Amino acid sequence: MKQKQHGFWDDVKKYRSLLLMLTPAVLFFLLFAYLPMSGIVLAFKQFDYTGGVFGSPWNGLDNFKFFIDSGDAWRVTRNTALYNIAFIVVNNVLQIFAAILLFEVAGKWFRKLTQTVLFLPYFISWVVVGAIAYNLFNFDVGTVNVLLKGLGMQPIDIYNTAAYWPFILVVVSAWKTLGYGTIMYLAAITSIDTEMYEAAEIDGANIFQRIMKITVPNLMPTVIILVLLAIGNIFRGDFGMFYNMVGNNGLLFSSTDVIDTFVFRSLTTSNEIGMSAAAGFYQSLLGFATIMLANYAVRRYDKDRALF
Amino acid sequence: MSSTTANIQSPEVRRKSAGRDKMVLSIIGYVTLTVLAIFCIFPFILVISSSLSEESAIIEKGFQIFPTAFSTEAYSLLFKYPAEMLRAYGVTISVTAIGTIVGLFLTSMTAYVLSRRDFKWRSRFSFFFFFTTLFSGGLVPWYLMIINYLHLKDTLLVLILPMMMNVFYIIVMKSFMSSIPDAITESAKIDGAGDFRIFMQLIVPLSKPALATIGLFIALAYWNDWYNALLFISKSELMPLQYYLYKMLGNMDGMRKAMMASGAVVNTDLPTESLKMAMTIVATGPILLAYPFIQKYFVTGLTIGAVKG
Repeated sequence: MKQKQHGFWDDVKKYRSLLLMLTPAVLFFLLFAYLPMSGIVLAFKQFDYTGGVFGSPWNGLDNFKFFIDSGDAWRVTRNTALYNIAFIVVNNVLQIFAAILLFEVAGKWFRKLTQTVLFLPYFISWVVVGAIAYNLFNFDVGTVNVLLKGLGMQPIDIYNTAAYWPFILVVVSAWKTLGYGTIMYLAAITSIDTEMYEAAEIDGANIFQRIMKITVPNLMPTVIILVLLAIGNIFRGDFGMFYNMVGNNGLLFSSTDVIDTFVFRSLTTSNEIGMSAAAGFYQSLLGFATIMLANYAVRRYDKDRALF
Repeated sequence: MSSTTANIQSPEVRRKSAGRDKMVLSIIGYVTLTVLAIFCIFPFILVISSSLSEESAIIEKGFQIFPTAFSTEAYSLLFKYPAEMLRAYGVTISVTAIGTIVGLFLTSMTAYVLSRRDFKWRSRFSFFFFFTTLFSGGLVPWYLMIINYLHLKDTLLVLILPMMMNVFYIIVMKSFMSSIPDAITESAKIDGAGDFRIFMQLIVPLSKPALATIGLFIALAYWNDWYNALLFISKSELMPLQYYLYKMLGNMDGMRKAMMASGAVVNTDLPTESLKMAMTIVATGPILLAYPFIQKYFVTGLTIGAVKG
């Protein structure tokens, strides 16, 4: 009987201080995440400034048609996915490799120093990375061309040649995230039970066998989770990276334009608000689908590790 | 197979071969790690030495790893007329300080409520926050919301508010706080302490490692932010440091004007290239100086949050 009288407002009263403590965060996410979701209607509208988001006339799927007919949709989707796949593979392999070496080989002093140096690029802004790229790749005074000229070779016009950029961007991504990922994996290795190593040593396993049979298999849960989470973000491009490295250089778009740079450009440069919103909506849908798939995969692999 | 062969070896042979394997791995390890370390630090050395090179040497021979003609002209120019730069510094420092303090407070308070096992609507609110990482309106509605409905364009607030809270930080903090025994909250409640008081006087002091890590993450994000400025700031006096650097890198005419606005008599032979690199160093400086000290917090914090949480 008592249970029945215990209504919603009693709970509100009971938790009032906790609810009050949640209020700022709830307001924050309402304003910056939930209310903008209603702006998705823009993807189906012909935006004009006098009408605003809700007063502009509907135009059905025209924005999407425009986006697809422009030929950009396929290009930016392909680029975004391929870059992320390359980042996932290269970065994780390198990070695991570095973590194992740091754990197995390095003395305390060397480990500390290396860890510090590897983590350094993670701390600087993409603007600074852009400046570094300029220093390396500039046609006239860039270090790469200085070296090439020193070797008696022709300088390369990197900023105007699309073909080099996939390679450059993969290397830069590896460079910037190496330390961060290495520490994640190093932490996972450190938590492996040392008894397993001792047992293996008594059985006469050499150090390579120990790595392949104990360290790598024990790392797999961490690897799988991190990779699946990354797969969930496969349609999100790192805007800061692409924009600062490449900028608005149309010559490079074939190999560097990702959904995020495309949406940004349609919004700010060409002022195609409707199409930009449509492309953003398309990206959100793709992202939602991949996150759901990735989460489903994690659930099947290990229920406790799933996001939800 | 390998274990059977190992078993018939005498202990001495085994120890010897183990020693050799360790040697081989050590050599591979030290060489690889050294190469990777050089790979990570090389670009920084390049920028530093370029900033310390004479402009004519750069024009003639390009950016070099070791400056052939040493010069501090770029830095003396920067520090001679520092008004614009200092203003950008001021914007970044205030945004970082306010954003980090308020953001960290709100993040930990939210995380605390979500970590309370006796809070009935805990999982509903968790999902309310978490859903925003699954689906979003995209850039355009978010942009229009901030410009047309919140009217935040060209305000200091636009640099602070959008980055103040982040679901990932709330989750990391929540999992840390969940590891604090419930008995502590329970006994405080029996003693008559309110929820907010429990949070401030018990949970916050116990969460120092997580607070340090998340605080550093938030501070780093604010310090390195240029994106919100790119979208929402057109007034030069509100430009944060990274955006100012971005502008200057792309536009040396702008830099000339900025220097003149600061009172410089600038002739046409401004050392453009070395100046760009000197500005990069000055904008990165505090991070590079603070880095060795904060690095160890990142390591412990990440370990707590990501692997064990």
